[in-house]
Amino acid sequence: MYKVKVFVTLRESVLDPQGTAVEQSLHHLGYKEASEVRIGKFIELTVEETENVETRVKEMCEKLLANTVIEDYRFEIEEVAKV
Amino acid sequence: MKFAVIVFPGSNCDVDMYHAIKDELGEEVEYVRHTEKDLSRFDGILLPGGFSYGDYLRCGAISRFANVMEEVQKAAKAGKPVLGVCNGFQILLESGLLPGAMQRNENLKFICEPLTLVVENNKTMFTNAYKEKQEITIPVAHGEGNYYCSEELLEELEENNQIAFRYKDNPNGSVSDIAGITNKEGNVLGMMPHPERAVSELLGSADGLQLFQSIVRQWRENHVITS
Repeated sequence: MYKVKVFVTLRESVLDPQGTAVEQSLHHLGYKEASEVRIGKFIELTVEETENVETRVKEMCEKLLANTVIEDYRFEIEEVAKV
Repeated sequence: MKFAVIVFPGSNCDVDMYHAIKDELGEEVEYVRHTEKDLSRFDGILLPGGFSYGDYLRCGAISRFANVMEEVQKAAKAGKPVLGVCNGFQILLESGLLPGAMQRNENLKFICEPLTLVVENNKTMFTNAYKEKQEITIPVAHGEGNYYCSEELLEELEENNQIAFRYKDNPNGSVSDIAGITNKEGNVLGMMPHPERAVSELLGSADGLQLFQSIVRQWRENHVITS
């Protein structure tokens, strides 16, 4: 069994209105050192023992988990013992 | 002419769309569930607004895998008119029937008000009843209507006359003030503003009705010889 962590982030070329708002909030709170805030998604999933787990997860990302027009993704796969 | 209004779990403009067609346009229309596997009996497909599947993950991301979407793809390939409004537009983008993607509004606010649109291309099957550069009043109601596309794609959209409507005053940060685009073939239109909410003066504007009348006009012209 695998524990998979998927990180979806906005492409660098795409402006992030949410990130900009959060950055301003951080500045209001006094954290002037914070900049370039970008909001993304973190998706966790468990995948059963399968061949080509990397390819399968990549497919999941391309088809559904990320919209590759505006988003990039990366993932980590960790093999775990079945509970 | 017979229209299908596709109903996804979470659609909420389906009733407006249905009545715009039935009561104001005066054409046949049916509600069609997202599980439907055959749309061949319809001449036009309408994807209404709302929050299909709760907008989970991304607006339209899950709806695009509904059974009925394969049929919508088929109808689009067959050249039938396919109109996606608001969430319907987002679904068309996610499904790849239209290019680009949608983002949160630039000011992060949900915008709900009548806006002035400019008809950029009145040669499409959705806009032939308008004049070029005609200004029309159509309401918007969205939180994610900030249309994004790359510069290369924008050039392509302009070259192929795919930009159907622009906002006169950009409310949401959309690239190039884009409010609605068609596919290259011109038979799939996605737009954030709601023409089905502007089909009678009683609703504040009847400017949206001409969009539906355009579809019927084009359809009649195409079918006058064969029928």
